[in-house]
Amino acid sequence: MNSQIFHPFVLPFVLGMAFVLTYCVVGLLRVIGQLPKDDRKQFWRSLVTPKTAWANIRDLVGDCLFHVKIWKRNPVLGYMHTAIAFGWFMIIVIGHVMLFTLRPLEGVEVQGIERMLPNFYYPIFFKYFAEETPIFAVLMDFFLLMIISGILIAVVKKIHSKIVGVKRIMHFGFADNMIRFALWTIFPFRLIAEKSNIMAFWWLYSIDLMVFMFMLPFTRYMHIPTEALFILLRHAGLKPREPRKGYALAQIYSCPSCGLCIDACPMSVNDKNSGNTSAYFMKRLRNGDREEAQRIAETCMQCGKCVAVCPVSIESCDIKMSQREAVPYTINSNHSYLDAYYPSETSNAPVLYFAGCMTQLTPKIMRAMKKIMEAAGEKYEFMDKDGGVCCGRPMLLSGKTAEAQAMMAKNTELIKQSGAKRLVLSCPICYKVFKEEYQLEGVEILHHTQYIDELVKKGKLKVNKNEVNYVYHDPCELGRAFGVYDEPREVIESIGNLCKAKSEKELSICCGGSLGSFNLTQQERDEITTISVNDLMFNNPDEIVTACPLCLKTFARKSPVAVKDIAEVVADQLK
Amino acid sequence: MDFGFCLSPSSHVKMDSVDLTTFNRLKETNPDINTCIACGSCTATCTAGHFTEMSFRRILLMLQRGKEDEAKKMIQRCMLCGKCTLVCPRGINIRKILLDITR
Repeated sequence: MNSQIFHPFVLPFVLGMAFVLTYCVVGLLRVIGQLPKDDRKQFWRSLVTPKTAWANIRDLVGDCLFHVKIWKRNPVLGYMHTAIAFGWFMIIVIGHVMLFTLRPLEGVEVQGIERMLPNFYYPIFFKYFAEETPIFAVLMDFFLLMIISGILIAVVKKIHSKIVGVKRIMHFGFADNMIRFALWTIFPFRLIAEKSNIMAFWWLYSIDLMVFMFMLPFTRYMHIPTEALFILLRHAGLKPREPRKGYALAQIYSCPSCGLCIDACPMSVNDKNSGNTSAYFMKRLRNGDREEAQRIAETCMQCGKCVAVCPVSIESCDIKMSQREAVPYTINSNHSYLDAYYPSETSNAPVLYFAGCMTQLTPKIMRAMKKIMEAAGEKYEFMDKDGGVCCGRPMLLSGKTAEAQAMMAKNTELIKQSGAKRLVLSCPICYKVFKEEYQLEGVEILHHTQYIDELVKKGKLKVNKNEVNYVYHDPCELGRAFGVYDEPREVIESIGNLCKAKSEKELSICCGGSLGSFNLTQQERDEITTISVNDLMFNNPDEIVTACPLCLKTFARKSPVAVKDIAEVVADQLK
Repeated sequence: MDFGFCLSPSSHVKMDSVDLTTFNRLKETNPDINTCIACGSCTATCTAGHFTEMSFRRILLMLQRGKEDEAKKMIQRCMLCGKCTLVCPRGINIRKILLDITR
């Protein structure tokens, strides 16, 4: 114990801390200031609404402190991150607790401003200035060793990532590599300084902290303070409006560049394309590399798997969409010809069936749906029997929101005019846009998997059970987007045996045909289709069943077994 | 050839003097258009083609003849639904090409 309350080696740390705190306060004001007025109001309201407030507390503790989502994804990485982040948090907390128990300082006469001074750095350099109480000393050493064990795993991950179950890791630039080196050395320096009390190590420890703090805002470690803000904004239910402002900015800085999305992304099957994954997209946006960000945004298939595996729940697909909107194509659409279109012979049936463009290309699904609805004795009207208008999602995907409105307005008019109470869709692409963008009060929107499941459960549809082994592929826009996982599986179980794919539900692999991507070539798409099919063939099923006409067409190119739509297999098994 | 006796203006395209900048740029960014066999599958399935004269095959032809304005006018009808890309037997990324023409 040194009977003094100040030593110059604390200065680098104090400077660094002051810089980071100032930067965070300014950044916070900037993000909130950039939110559109309505969003800001919604944000304030969410902070005092009990439901969102509870969700905030739950996620702040669960995600920021215990990193539950990383544990779920990969326990080794979960331990690595918790050891470093939670361990560090704990030694800071224990430092403060010890400072509290220490007062008043023994043997040191201090007054006025000097009395306040230790608050700023004592908890960080405690051992130098004061004696630790035995129980706290044990705890401190425990957490410090825990951090160092985490760092050891991090070093292993950097050298040979496959040991910890990660195939591809992010490649960083100079700044990120340097701050990582600073982070890795902080704690060994502290341990040596505490045990040997050599001045040089106290200096090194403090300078390391300063380097870390000064670089933090410009590197991926900015996720430490930003994630807390992001959780609050996310629970307020906001949507990113601009690719690099307000809510999106909070998301960009919250991305820890952990790279978990790189292995998850179907495009990574091709090494060249693993640089087009969300982690790199967020990095490009953060660095202000608009051109690259735009290119990646247009290459993305929007399958949403990166969002599903993200330990921070960053909505990278939404940000990519706002990036597409920010740089629009100058196609100057003119859809005025739609005004004069009205389908021939309509009836006022309670159920309206909209096949959509993709189902028009796979007429066997339409025929199967007709057969099913007739067998169930449903009164229905076929909305686009003579062609129909596109649902508008492909246009939205190109970032042209206003142009998509023309198609959406026409379809809305036709649906309202029909007086139908239920709208059945057999294409998940349409389903997503009808669910999210259309204003159809009083009309229930169903995907045909949900509709068939209901018909079977109500007993309207009698089906035979056969001995065929089916595997079900979750279409991205039905599964990950809306969580429709159980209905199709229950339908398949009623007509045959359902076997599992290697990756299912929210981890299912996009078929590769996605309309979301503009840049992928047919060859690159085929590579994705191949890994997706191999994944589905894991348990050697007799047939692949899907619920999306686009998946059906795409798989048919590469599948060794028959690929069918769920409507087809049901129609074949009708009693 | 125009001797001044026609009722309607000549539709003759002088290939030596047409401006092929857009088409050449397209060929560079999307080399797959070179593989087009003009089969017309894209046109046959086109959702917008159901209502209008929209036809990707004709758009390519227009560009090859330097009729860029006409091509751009036709593209305005497109709904970007992507059926053309799906049915193309040559795997040409038609939707991307349509967007690139106007970029």
